[in-house]
Amino acid sequence: MLFSENFKIALRALRANKMRSLLTILGIVIGVATVVALLSIGKGATASITSQIQSNGSNLLTISPGRQQRGMAVSGQSRQASYLYYSDYQLLQRSLSTNITAIVPSYQSSYVVKYGDQSFNINVTGVTEAYKDVHTYKVAEGRYVSDGDNKSEAFVAVLGSQTANDLFGGLSPIGKMISINGIKFEVVGVLESKGSSGFGSSDDAIFVPLDTGYDKLFGATATYNDKKIVNNISVSVGTTEAMDTVSAQIEFLLRRAHKLASSDQLDFNVLSQADLLSTLSSVTQTLTIFLGAIAGISLLVGGIGIMNIMLVSVTERTKEIGLRKAVGATKNQILTQFLIETMTLSLLGGIVGILLGVGIAAIFSATGLIASVVTADSIVLAFTFALLIGVFFGIYPAFRAANLHPMVALRYE
Amino acid sequence: MIQAEELTKIYEMGDSEVRALNGASFTIDNGEMVAIMGPSGSGKSTLMSIIGCLDVPTGGTYRLDGVAVEHMDEGKLAEIRGRKIGFVFQQFNLLARTSALENVMLPLTYAGFSGKERNLRAMRALERVGLGDRTHHTPSELSGGQQQRVAIARALVNEPAILLADEPTGALDSKTGVEIMELFQSLHRDSGQTVILVTHDSYVARHTDRIIKLSDGRIVSDEVNYHPITAGAPRPEEVLA
Repeated sequence: MLFSENFKIALRALRANKMRSLLTILGIVIGVATVVALLSIGKGATASITSQIQSNGSNLLTISPGRQQRGMAVSGQSRQASYLYYSDYQLLQRSLSTNITAIVPSYQSSYVVKYGDQSFNINVTGVTEAYKDVHTYKVAEGRYVSDGDNKSEAFVAVLGSQTANDLFGGLSPIGKMISINGIKFEVVGVLESKGSSGFGSSDDAIFVPLDTGYDKLFGATATYNDKKIVNNISVSVGTTEAMDTVSAQIEFLLRRAHKLASSDQLDFNVLSQADLLSTLSSVTQTLTIFLGAIAGISLLVGGIGIMNIMLVSVTERTKEIGLRKAVGATKNQILTQFLIETMTLSLLGGIVGILLGVGIAAIFSATGLIASVVTADSIVLAFTFALLIGVFFGIYPAFRAANLHPMVALRYE
Repeated sequence: MIQAEELTKIYEMGDSEVRALNGASFTIDNGEMVAIMGPSGSGKSTLMSIIGCLDVPTGGTYRLDGVAVEHMDEGKLAEIRGRKIGFVFQQFNLLARTSALENVMLPLTYAGFSGKERNLRAMRALERVGLGDRTHHTPSELSGGQQQRVAIARALVNEPAILLADEPTGALDSKTGVEIMELFQSLHRDSGQTVILVTHDSYVARHTDRIIKLSDGRIVSDEVNYHPITAGAPRPEEVLA
């Protein structure tokens, strides 16, 4: 017996109970749509984080304080806080020369920022002039923090596009005075938007000269043992090939500056963009798998719904099964018929679910809430899963039908 | 041709066992029209299911056209049913929402005929039962008598060795029942079709040439009916037991 005939029988049986078929399919539709939508959103998040990191400029090494921890901290080693110092930056500036484009220190802290009656908690970053280029910011209006500002410890501030919008609405902030932690700063520039990543917006920021910050704003928290500390140091390397060499040089220099023996653990990390990318993508990948698994559970529930309805259907059609056997249908033919019926249900659900899922993903993208990327593999995955659900949950009812004794089935009332 | 020897069928019902057939032997030749009669519980349904290869006997031998079927597996039995047996049931057992033509084609589908051949044969069978103009009607659009004719066409479509009818007039009014009996007699007389009627109604049984009576799983009489009723003749007031 041909597949097309079984398919026709299946469609006729499904049409006979339109409402029931529709509700059964709905379970699969919701499951598949959720899988497609969540996988797309997960992929979208990964893509936007990747582009965010890459927009920070390639060939960038970021030095940050902290011990690299593998597993549990070793008990003998004190878990004292580790710091990077401004003097480390000065050391690197002095010692590194070849293959280096720029070295940029920064110190960041959150303060209450006021303009008029507007008041926000915003991250204020102390920077040098090179920070702009290393982190690929572009000035939209006015100018960036200059080396001259640092030298003269000027009270000037540059706003991220989001912050400018929050504080000033549509008005131009240039030349206006804002108060950061009660200290007046003049706004000299506004930056272009860089777009948001999964981890906060880089447009929601204020930049001030680092030296002004140390002397007038950051206070005692920015020092340790009377040494000025920095949050991180970014090193922009000239070529990709030089990354490893420069990274090794930094480790050597800072190990000596921090008086660490060669057997001691480093109390700082040197991370390249590639390292950061792989760390973050493993996080988002885990997240995507997790979301997909949750969606998979709803698909499983849909499959149980299908099985339930098919069992009812087999009972209802006992006489039909008896007749089909009486006129020569074999066990296998009955099995195939019911299996195809279940698979028709799950595949119809799969197709509608994929369309719905792609639609949901498109809506998320269009509203700009969460970026989503629909990829062929998530569609194939959802479709295959729907198909497997059909086979898995169809096989038992089909076996029940195929194993009915023809005489008993014919006499069933 | 049917050869049954010492057929027994035992159903296990928990601890007790029921002997539905208890040593039934008979032979039915090709082209015969036979009635198997008996009250309910006499074993006639069990006998019908064995003759129709829906079930196998517990003991004894059963040969259909010389082939022993008592040890066949389900797949083989299904194949034999499809090729050699045409079933007609009391409740017609047509597929709902399915046209008369498609209902008649059903056995051919399982027998693996091509679409064209199926159509041709099904049309011929429907014309044979006088429903050549009702091919696209679904069962709900047909009268009881017409539905039973569709069922008979379905039974004939494979050109079976045996037409096996289980109380074929049981769900019909007497006038329609007579029409159906006329059809069986005409199939027997004009086409030499072997017809076996299973019934509890002696009036129906007396339309055949031979009546086998069953009681408690045994054949109690097997007699030639020298004066079969011709369907359409007026039914006598009193029915003989």
